Amino acid sequence: MHKDSNKATFLFSSGMVVVIAVMLSVAAISLGPYQARNIRIEKMENILTSVGIESEPKTAEKLFTDYITEQVVLNNKGEVQTAGTPAFDIDLKKELDKAKTGNQDKQLFPLFICKKDGNSFYIIPLRGKGLWGPIWGYIALKGDMNTIAGVSFGHKGETPGLGAEIETAKFQNQFLGKKILDEQGNFVSVKVVKGGGTSANIHGVDAVSGATITSDGVTEMFKRTLNNYIPYFKKAKP
Amino acid sequence: MSTETTTAPVKVKVPKEALFSVKNKRLIYDPLNDNNPITVQVLGICSALAVTVKVKPSIVMAIAVVAVCACSNVIISLIRNIIPNRIRIIVQLTVVAAMVILVDQFLKAFIFDVSKQLSVFVGLIITNCIIMGRLEAFAMANKPWPAFLDGIGNGFGYGLILVIVSVVRELFGAGEIMGFRIIPESVYTAGYFNNGLIIMPPMALIIVGIYIWIQRSRNRKLIEPN
Repeated sequence: MHKDSNKATFLFSSGMVVVIAVMLSVAAISLGPYQARNIRIEKMENILTSVGIESEPKTAEKLFTDYITEQVVLNNKGEVQTAGTPAFDIDLKKELDKAKTGNQDKQLFPLFICKKDGNSFYIIPLRGKGLWGPIWGYIALKGDMNTIAGVSFGHKGETPGLGAEIETAKFQNQFLGKKILDEQGNFVSVKVVKGGGTSANIHGVDAVSGATITSDGVTEMFKRTLNNYIPYFKKAKP
Repeated sequence: MSTETTTAPVKVKVPKEALFSVKNKRLIYDPLNDNNPITVQVLGICSALAVTVKVKPSIVMAIAVVAVCACSNVIISLIRNIIPNRIRIIVQLTVVAAMVILVDQFLKAFIFDVSKQLSVFVGLIITNCIIMGRLEAFAMANKPWPAFLDGIGNGFGYGLILVIVSVVRELFGAGEIMGFRIIPESVYTAGYFNNGLIIMPPMALIIVGIYIWIQRSRNRKLIEPN
């Protein structure tokens, strides 16, 4: 059989596809648990960063169990759900998307409660849209469920030097001490706007210059995600 | 150095050579200088611009390309006599794609933070013309051992440029190398600023251009006659 005959060509290509498919499946299955663990650890690190706890991949799991004392699942009326998916495994993107299809009553929101140096912190995951792709993060509120104790942001592919600046400590530190409720207790969120970084403006931080769409994305992300937690905070307020 | 004139290392190999004969050594040395895939053949520029902001991802990217280039060269060379001619490019592409997916899976499992920084660029090694170019020009016509050396050589030739560009970019863009501070804080307080332009892709192209300029002025063989 000549190697350039039609038969040989078909045989060769089918054989090659099978061999490569088997090889890649074996690799994907055997490496899967390591990859899943990395993603869990990254999530733990991000949650810890928002309350200002520095962690490394090696220490993250221990620190997480030490500091995060309670993981709560809420529905959109602010009621605690005891059955179903654990808070850590909830995919916030899917939950937020349920609102688009009118399934608001099925939405679930995770809330992580952290005890650090005798104070309680409420950590809420955030998710929104930047210029080029999704942006996400965690916000930690102090025990009054109003003042921001820390934030950490991540992004898929914002422009380095512009939108990607939301990842820097310089941008994130601006959020410290800002408030998400006004004096009457109504939800106003925090806005990322040009010139918003003055200490007089307790609901605003300075936008990144040259990254208007990413900055607006952060504002929108805060508003859209935090809104879902307000009913719970109103009930739970000490 | 041998006295023969420089040609691309596309030659028919004489049987029964020593493992590290002069010719085989040239397979490794040539791509580092006289026949560098980036600065002389001008291949693989795109990823060289994208991943060279920091030194660490550049090194990982270079290792990934060396691994993919060497492995796929060997595999193609081993099966070169049974690959049907009409589908040889598809076969090459499939082998490269499989290698790249393997490398990507390993990075995600064991060096997760670097794999995040490299993001899509590991996957895009598939489209790196250096690898396909070496398969088609060398591995299809040579035995596995020279093909392996050729893959290693070209991978290193690519990696060398990546590391040089990323050292310049990280040093002037962030004042650090491999995350260690090189430019001391006192210089910043004296009014020095990191160069924001140098972390943008166009500056990588200019650095590659400067490298080509220096390389050609030192190595006159590379200058075209006209």
